[in-house]
Amino acid sequence: MTEVHQTLDARNLSCPMPVLKSKKALKALEINQVLEILTTDPGSMADIPAWTRTTGQELISAEELGPKDYRFLVRRRN
Amino acid sequence: MTESISQSITLPSEEKPKRMAIIASAGTLDAAYPPVILASTAAAMDMEVAIFFTFYGLNLIHKKKSKKLKVSPIANPAAPMPVPNIIGMIPGMTGMATWMMNRWMKKANVIKFLELRDVCLESGVRMIGCQMTMDVMGIKEEELIDGCELGGAASFLEFAKDADITLFM
Repeated sequence: MTEVHQTLDARNLSCPMPVLKSKKALKALEINQVLEILTTDPGSMADIPAWTRTTGQELISAEELGPKDYRFLVRRRN
Repeated sequence: MTESISQSITLPSEEKPKRMAIIASAGTLDAAYPPVILASTAAAMDMEVAIFFTFYGLNLIHKKKSKKLKVSPIANPAAPMPVPNIIGMIPGMTGMATWMMNRWMKKANVIKFLELRDVCLESGVRMIGCQMTMDVMGIKEEELIDGCELGGAASFLEFAKDADITLFM
């Protein structure tokens, strides 16, 4: 189990808010700490990984828990 | 469904930041969204962003006009509820189309244009008003929102010449 240091509830938010809020929440963490992101926007399954790849953060996992129910774990790397 | 994604870790901080340059030339409610959505997201992806507002695009950074952006039902067959042009000509139809669009956006939990514009400013997106078209349209500097710069073609090109992404909207 990965230790989660902070959870961001981005459910019921549309593009681009999940990414914008994730960015803000991740910057509030220390390097190597883990942010859990909860979303309902189907686009976030593509967008959160694209954001982590572009910014050099580590996407530990991207899960589809159910219809319109997604969970991501992101480790701050820089 | 769980997928673990291992990535090679790059350190963007050591590289020159990516850069995006946008020209926003339209001033309707529907056209207002793409520049601020892409600009705010690009900033969240550690890019340098500038938006150059020209002609009707100046409405998007106009203190008063940006609070009441409208969308026209005329010549818009792609609207979710298309209106025949002859009906769209009737007074009040633009107000109705605007009301409907705002309702759809709210229903889909889309953030308001003005809030997204604030996010852009907070995250360091440069907003440049086109001086020449301000003169053409009789817009004064004090009518634009705080945090804007003024500039002309050369100002935009100086920034855009090193851009990785350049968009005209």
